[in-house]
Amino acid sequence: MKSIENVSRRGFLKVAGIASGSFVLGMSLPLATAQAKSSTSALMHELNFFVSIASDSMVTLVCHRSEMGQGIRTSVPQIIAEELEADWQKVSVVQAKADKKYGSQGTAGSASIRNHFTSIRQIGAVARDMLELAAANIWQVERSSVKAQKHFVVHNTTGEKISFGELASHAAKLIPPDSKTVTLKSNADFSLIGKDVKLVDLDDIVVGKAQYAQDIQLPDMLIATIVRPPVVGGKVISFDASDALKIKGVVDVIALKPRSIPVTTNPLSGVAVLANNTWAALEGRKKLKIKWDHGDKQHHDSNLFSKQLAKQVNQQGEKVATKGDVYAHTYNKNNTVEATYTLPYINHSPMETPAATAVVNGKKCTIWAGTQNPQWAKGNVAQELGLAKDEHDNIELNVTLMGGAFGRKSKADFIIEAVELAQASKRPVKVIWSREDDIQHGFYHSISANYCKAELTTKGSADHWISRNAYPPIGWLWNPDAKVPDDFQLALGFGDIPFALNNLSIEKHAVDSFVRPGWVRSVACINNGFALGSFVDELAVKAKLSTRQMWMNLLGDNRHVDPNDNGFKYSNYNLDLKDHPIDTKRMKDLINLISDKAKVEDKLPENQGWGISFLRSFGSFVAAATKVEVVNNKVTVLEMHTAVDCGIVVTPDRVKAQMEGAMIFGLSIALMGEISVKEGKVEQSNFHDSPVTRINQVPELYVHIVESDAPPGGIGEPGVPPVAPSITNAIFHASKTRIRDLPVNKVFTV
Amino acid sequence: MIKITLNNKPIELDVDPQMPLLYALRDELQLTGTKFGCGAGQCGACTVHLNGKAIRSCITPVSVIAEQEITTIEGLADIHGTTGESAVQVAWREFKVPQCGYCQSGQMMSAAALLKEIPLPTDEQIIEHMQGNICRCGTYKRIKAAIKSAANDSSEHKSPKDKLAATNNGVEIFDARQLANEKQGA
Repeated sequence: MKSIENVSRRGFLKVAGIASGSFVLGMSLPLATAQAKSSTSALMHELNFFVSIASDSMVTLVCHRSEMGQGIRTSVPQIIAEELEADWQKVSVVQAKADKKYGSQGTAGSASIRNHFTSIRQIGAVARDMLELAAANIWQVERSSVKAQKHFVVHNTTGEKISFGELASHAAKLIPPDSKTVTLKSNADFSLIGKDVKLVDLDDIVVGKAQYAQDIQLPDMLIATIVRPPVVGGKVISFDASDALKIKGVVDVIALKPRSIPVTTNPLSGVAVLANNTWAALEGRKKLKIKWDHGDKQHHDSNLFSKQLAKQVNQQGEKVATKGDVYAHTYNKNNTVEATYTLPYINHSPMETPAATAVVNGKKCTIWAGTQNPQWAKGNVAQELGLAKDEHDNIELNVTLMGGAFGRKSKADFIIEAVELAQASKRPVKVIWSREDDIQHGFYHSISANYCKAELTTKGSADHWISRNAYPPIGWLWNPDAKVPDDFQLALGFGDIPFALNNLSIEKHAVDSFVRPGWVRSVACINNGFALGSFVDELAVKAKLSTRQMWMNLLGDNRHVDPNDNGFKYSNYNLDLKDHPIDTKRMKDLINLISDKAKVEDKLPENQGWGISFLRSFGSFVAAATKVEVVNNKVTVLEMHTAVDCGIVVTPDRVKAQMEGAMIFGLSIALMGEISVKEGKVEQSNFHDSPVTRINQVPELYVHIVESDAPPGGIGEPGVPPVAPSITNAIFHASKTRIRDLPVNKVFTV
Repeated sequence: MIKITLNNKPIELDVDPQMPLLYALRDELQLTGTKFGCGAGQCGACTVHLNGKAIRSCITPVSVIAEQEITTIEGLADIHGTTGESAVQVAWREFKVPQCGYCQSGQMMSAAALLKEIPLPTDEQIIEHMQGNICRCGTYKRIKAAIKSAANDSSEHKSPKDKLAATNNGVEIFDARQLANEKQGA
């Protein structure tokens, strides 16, 4: 087999770490608009390929989505390898840089698999098709008489076979078929999808070699730490750096450029200390003297604000969705339940605080960052550097592993900080955030109030349902006049209420913003899911029914719910309602499954209680059940279950891991998650006063996965929303104390 | 110049004596397996071994570890003089413990120190000793299972020299002052 001879191509392969003689298949997503190319000169200068096969049969697959612990660097290549018929033992994975040729790289909204499953499969199927055609050409037989099988192409009748490695150079000369014409495997033929394969990064992690953004080291690099305005919108009036500059190792002190409202995803500005090592930078920072103008948000008090939001939702709001007429109805007080729920600001607190490294050389820039949105970050940096549209590829953005993200690393503020300081100092700069920076200058899950009211029916269900919410909308980041959430945000467990109601009013309220709002794992499903899950339990209590029965009665007949019927423009997480319906049967099956598995209706000792809840979000259905004990004002969580129906499962163990993690994340939110703001400043600073779940608080955890052939739903976020209400419902059934204001530690020791 | 033994090799550190060990490891020695998580001894991401005991390297100035033995995640596989990985690492892989993986060096170092002191810990002892290590991804269930599995593997405690005189019932987390006092008393 003759290797492809091309000098510049060898250069490319060297850069890519791939042996020569490789079959490199590059293409863009979405595939509908892209023609796949094999080893053209355009591929030689950048890593815009997905599949390459070396002459020794080693397959290199590109993962274009960002890894934050969800296992996507395993799952994406696993799907490609499935269709490619590759042997997983011979697959290695390369992380894509930021490049729009990959289509969407934005790793958020639990979207990687649910939105891209088919297009990722097509990447593998196109490559497989070309290998098969190459073999058919060599044997001079019908295309239909050959088939790829585990790293070989086999002749159906003779049983003769050729390895992928031997076929690589032949396949590389072929014109790739239209991705839409290739046949995808049937679910029954899956040999990798639905199986647990070796995790791509596991070996590196267990020996401490996995590289995160914090770990980047470059020659001549400075480490920067930044003191940011304590109040959003605040500005530096003046600063004295003389003492900071006396610290051995401190090289420079630089004022970042002032930023204004809208805050967007820009840095907050402030003063940076740049040093030869982290310790010097941190010590220098302590010596900075800064005079601040705190701006007009310095009177914000989150405690008072929460009370104001609660007051607001007790008033009629602006219409989101309507059915029948709840306001023409006279409620029977004896059968009516009414409740207001509040949640505080919540921080992501990933274990790896934000970090980015940048080198700026005129109009050229190289970045290493853990980012959920590589292309968005690249665009932000291009704007920062004043690059023209055709100069964007002057920026090379390398995507590192993220030590957790939970939505925080979708914003590029910390990357822009690194670029700004690298440009100003004319040296490579790594910006590192301290834990205090992370907790005090985050993009928080918005403080919120939700209100629910409904009247029980004689059939053990409810009607004349009112749902309202009020919280600072994420849109405020870009538009200071934005006061209500957009329809996409309102679709998150709020406008998509799945109950069989004749009279319904869903309403929103206008709210001002005082801190930077952000997407935290499951976003507004956190507060909307808490309100919904709590309120169903309150209705059940009032009706003297089991909570399971109340869910059954409210969900009613088996049907597909369409929120558009109530006048709400429903986006369904950007999924087609036909493929991803709001299916009440799947909901009821799941609630029954978890109730049975956890045995939530079994008699418990005094002071113990079970709570259940449910939410469909990001295309997946998740139910949670929690058992607690409440003794001497202390809540102990004894047992937690989640049941998930996410359609086709790609990597079962990682689905399980995400559900386990979601229970712990939900536990943190329910029991102790709170960022409070006084005089415009965040009051917490580190894990001692902003605690997250520790091992001593972890109960027995169980995950139940429903087998399904339905199109895949999301998995990173949907586990979170039902957890907190399952906990507070359990607390009620154990203690008769109803927690409507999170976190629980305002009332109980946890 | 501060002399220490790092992962069984003698080295010299030319840094500010007040510099916490974490930054010396990461910035000066390029041993980035040890992670920054809080800088305040709150989260355990920076856990390394000082003479076989778990310490938080982010609050331990290099001055107090002079002439002593430090083991980091990069040296965990070798601490028993074997070429293979430690039982903790084997178990971590077997149970697929990590999600993002960032805290796991610290988790494994804490777990290994625990198993040195208490070869077969009870559930309560595991929980007590691992409380200082936060995992925001929520891998705690698997951490517990992996420690129990590793405890049943003899390789973690087969060498008598590795059995430290137990000063208390488990992993001690020292702060700098404690260490300084101990040194003076020695």
